[in-house]
Amino acid sequence: MDPALSLTGTLLRPMTTAVSILPEQQLAVLNAAYRQAVARRRLRVLVGAAIFAAALLLAAIGAEVNLRTLFTYFGNFLSYFDRIFTLENGQRVWTDAGEWFWGWRKWLRMLGETLLISYVGTLIGATLAFCLNFFAAENTSPAPWLGFVVRRLLEFARTVPGIVFALIFVIAFGLGPMAGVLAIAIHSTGALGKLLSEIVENADMKPVEGIRSTGASWLSCMRFAIVPQVTAGYASYALLRFEINVREASVMGFVGAGGIGQELVVAIRKFYYSDVSAILLTIIVTVFIIDISTGWLRGRLFGREART
Amino acid sequence: MTKPQAVDTRELRARYPDVFDRPASARLATPAMIIAAFAILVYGLVDLDFSPSRFFAGLSQLGWITLMMIPPDPGSSLPVYLKALGETLSIALLGTTLAAVFALPVSLLAARNVVPSKLLRFPVRRFLDSIRGVDTLIWALVWINVVGLGPFAGVLAIAVSDFGAFGKLFSEAIEGADQKQVEGIRASGGSALHEIRFGLLPQVLPVIAGQVLYFIESNTRSATIIGIVGAGGIGLQLAEQIRVLEWQKVSFLILMTLVAVAAIDFISGKLRFAIIGRRAVA
Repeated sequence: MDPALSLTGTLLRPMTTAVSILPEQQLAVLNAAYRQAVARRRLRVLVGAAIFAAALLLAAIGAEVNLRTLFTYFGNFLSYFDRIFTLENGQRVWTDAGEWFWGWRKWLRMLGETLLISYVGTLIGATLAFCLNFFAAENTSPAPWLGFVVRRLLEFARTVPGIVFALIFVIAFGLGPMAGVLAIAIHSTGALGKLLSEIVENADMKPVEGIRSTGASWLSCMRFAIVPQVTAGYASYALLRFEINVREASVMGFVGAGGIGQELVVAIRKFYYSDVSAILLTIIVTVFIIDISTGWLRGRLFGREART
Repeated sequence: MTKPQAVDTRELRARYPDVFDRPASARLATPAMIIAAFAILVYGLVDLDFSPSRFFAGLSQLGWITLMMIPPDPGSSLPVYLKALGETLSIALLGTTLAAVFALPVSLLAARNVVPSKLLRFPVRRFLDSIRGVDTLIWALVWINVVGLGPFAGVLAIAVSDFGAFGKLFSEAIEGADQKQVEGIRASGGSALHEIRFGLLPQVLPVIAGQVLYFIESNTRSATIIGIVGAGGIGLQLAEQIRVLEWQKVSFLILMTLVAVAAIDFISGKLRFAIIGRRAVA
């Protein structure tokens, strides 16, 4: 758009109120300043885009991106889905649901285990995060050094992926769901701790001042000034975390930490194609149901606003 | 100091009946939920073979492992690890960018205020949900079948699984946008595309940029783990060293990842601040 128009265009239109048009000289100065500002912003965007493109290129070389491989083998990707939806007798899977879901009893049990792993893991993680986040938040931390230590701890718990914890815990606690639960709990503590402390940092500090002015201790300040402001956000994040953890628990079995992942990885590695689709479908449907019901629960508990 | 005057609760009760006389269902809801949550927790602990003896035995084992991890030492494989780290960062950056590029148009289709027809939105949303329902690790296994072992499979795995996540997040951002600006464009005679370009995108782009940066950060973590199934990057080294119980190398690799993620965290924080300012980040 012509910058001159942007400054004067509205003024020139017939209006009921009289407006004065700026004198030519003044206008020229303003227009020049406007153009300069736009040019500066364009340059910044351009430089940013160039840096980004360079980084992408570098990354493409680093990750051995090979478009030819992709195009050559993309057919494999599609045919993989064709294969997993085919039974051993060559029929499509949905023609014989009994044969497709032949192992449903075992799979459902493993699925239940997966859900329990994620539930227990989330609850332990959320409780720990709840206890720790007040120390991590900048505005409520009782001492700077304590805040620093807790923040680093949470960072550690969140940065090391759950499955790496699971790999180590499987060696320490033995194979089985216990390692999965602990891995999920630790990872959730880190992730939730950060999110919760961010909610606390955004909380209104006036109630805290009000309560502190009555001579209350730090603990009561948190309990009566901060907690009522943040519970809705907390519960919302915890439910969201539960959703994420169901997915995470579904792969814990890859490293022997319990749940349905064990069945899945065996099916994938041993090319039991129709089993792969059956187990995947089970997981997806479960995630759907969890997704919808936690969404409903969040909406129900905290109203529409808390969801966004 | 004067003592606070005794409050006449009776008058207060009369004035605020909603606060003092809540129905029993509302008063019992919270304790009932807590008890139910606790009951499931106890059932879960029993069902998943938690026992104090196992727990403490594991803890002492864990203590041993931690002791053996000190000091972190890469041995002679430092160059290999650095290359793996570079691979991991590349996977995260490329995967996230690919996902964001493909997710933006699809997320428009899934947003209520862009596509009012539920019939059209529903399949798009379910499609995104099913992609999200499958973990990155599983996608990695599938892509390894397609493009072979290596980091490229990792890029595609992250791109596909983030595509689902971005589709949902973007469409939520779009739904949360202020409709007034869109209406303004429509009132001045703009087409549907104009509405999106000038009414919606300026509002949602900062949010989207923040989310993409956050995902690059979190994908640096995801990219670490897909190596465990053979999709390149530092995870491959990590899983190998854990399996052969080389704890000093394990702790070095973990530390290295931590430092890398902290660096990415720092950079993306600065970038987010530069792009959208402090308010929008929160």
